[in-house]
Amino acid sequence: MEDFWSLALWALEIWLYLIVGLIMVPAMFGFSLGISETYMTILVKTLEVLLCSFCAPPPPSQGLCVCVLGLIQREDGSMEEELEELRRSRPKPPVGGDFTLSDSFYFTRRGIESIVEDEVTQRFSSEELVLWNLLTRTNNDFQFISVRLTLVYSLGIVIRYFILAPLRITLACIGLTWLVIGTSAVGFLPNSRMKFWLSEWVHVMCYRICARGLSATIRYHNRENKPQKGGICVANHTSPIDIVILCNDGCYAMVGQVHGGLMGVLQRAMVRSCPHVWFERAEMKDRHLVTKRLKDHVNDKTKLPILIFPEGTCVNNTSVMMFKKGSFEIGATIYPVAIKYDPQFGDAFWNSSKYSMVSYLLRMMTSWALVCNVWYLPAMHQQEGEDAVQFANRVKSVIAHQGGLVDLQWDGGLKRAKVKESFKEEQQKQYSSMVVGDDSSSD
Amino acid sequence: MGSKASTLLREEEIEEIKKETGFSHSQITRLYSRFTSLDKGENGTLSREDFQRIPELAINPLGDRIINAFFPEGEDQVNFRGFMRILAHFRPIEDNEKKSVAVSEPLNSRTNKLLFAFRLYDLDRDDKISREELLQVLRMMVGVNISDDQLGSIADRTIQEADTNGDNSISFNEFIKVLEKVDVEQKMSIRFLH
Repeated sequence: MEDFWSLALWALEIWLYLIVGLIMVPAMFGFSLGISETYMTILVKTLEVLLCSFCAPPPPSQGLCVCVLGLIQREDGSMEEELEELRRSRPKPPVGGDFTLSDSFYFTRRGIESIVEDEVTQRFSSEELVLWNLLTRTNNDFQFISVRLTLVYSLGIVIRYFILAPLRITLACIGLTWLVIGTSAVGFLPNSRMKFWLSEWVHVMCYRICARGLSATIRYHNRENKPQKGGICVANHTSPIDIVILCNDGCYAMVGQVHGGLMGVLQRAMVRSCPHVWFERAEMKDRHLVTKRLKDHVNDKTKLPILIFPEGTCVNNTSVMMFKKGSFEIGATIYPVAIKYDPQFGDAFWNSSKYSMVSYLLRMMTSWALVCNVWYLPAMHQQEGEDAVQFANRVKSVIAHQGGLVDLQWDGGLKRAKVKESFKEEQQKQYSSMVVGDDSSSD
Repeated sequence: MGSKASTLLREEEIEEIKKETGFSHSQITRLYSRFTSLDKGENGTLSREDFQRIPELAINPLGDRIINAFFPEGEDQVNFRGFMRILAHFRPIEDNEKKSVAVSEPLNSRTNKLLFAFRLYDLDRDDKISREELLQVLRMMVGVNISDDQLGSIADRTIQEADTNGDNSISFNEFIKVLEKVDVEQKMSIRFLH
């Protein structure tokens, strides 16, 4: 019995030494031993060989096929064009408004089209894949193919749940603990260049460990555009992991609500070493207070750039939804960043109505890997005569264009809230003008 | 690996739906995925709230009427068969179908498409569109932008033009006659890929 325990303890020690030596130390000092690269290459090759040999059309040149076909082809015509066509069959009546019974066809068809496939609700659930990537969770529409595939799939489960997951969980725990200890320790130093440099180092190191804990492969593009102090960094939001992704390459000041529990511990620790902007729940409602605090932070040129996700909620990384104008009213330099995850290796989207934070993290740790691209875009300023909403839309389309995402005007808040009546009223108004014409004298 | 969606939908069911609606196998499985993604309660049926959650449908002036069409008389839930039956009306008419007379009138025939549109107006299902019913739909489409009087005269003129037997309402045959020149097949069809 005692032998068993001492053996187990010894195995645990070896395990920890391996982790520290092979993963943590390189992470701390920012170099790589090439282990993850090798893993990724093996993974890509395996998936390619296994799956692309089963799909009939040859895969496009970007490695693994990821594009998804829609279900229907929507009509592109505007309301005016469509109604004109419907009314063509009869002459316009001289008086009494231009209405035909077939006008309802336009709205009916649009309605049924949106029932079959709509632009918005699909953004709040995980992206559909064309090729299965050997994860159960993405297995929705794929048919049984062969015994060989089943074997590889089972092997995959063993690897992911029994080898990769414990490793990643250990790393994540170490990373977070070190973050709390490190930042608190740095917090005791007096304010000086040294403290600043140490604080940055501690932050980046811990985020690097966490990134290893997710087997994240991140490619940064255009680093010359990296956000500078006194600016606001703006990015599209897919999951809380976005923060880890961005902070691997630089230090940012976070903005958010004060939480209790584990998050609260993290927040208090982080704020000791460098200033972040945490709000009490009551303070968040007061827009002026929020704007003022952000402005103060931004105007202090020694403080780190603020990281904000203007969508306000997690979206599934196929599109960018409406940016809330709050951060664009401050008048600071905006540094847009586009983040695009590769869905073939693991689904990064946090569906907060379906999964809690903990089960989401566990899912992330049992995926193959996390591959993403980060593009730093050139800084943007609010132009003369442009209001905050227009500015926000301009930044949003730049990000969408770079990341290859669909640029939507819909509010991410539609995940939970009802859509505003005003959109329906707009359509009714537009239709009315087609019935009675634009002259309001006909009343 | 069996696909998750269609293990809940048996092959026999898919065949039956195929016969009834004319959709292909892959279209049925994709539409079943859509059905389950809308079904937040995960009980195999959709309620009116599930439809209302689609923003584009919620802002459609005729949204409520369209949603209503899915629910049979007095019921609050629609299952997948019922869902498909309604969507089948909007399948495009293929050329070879026009010639086939073997099967009784398919759901997406011109007449059935017109019947669907007719029923959007005819709320009480008495096979006549009364002035009241026409006014209701008109009001839904124009909102607050047109006065009652003007809307009333529009409705009167429309009934006058269509009504041939003088009962001051539009029957289904009169409805068909008025719209005989409209390209119903194209306007009331959705282009499915696959």
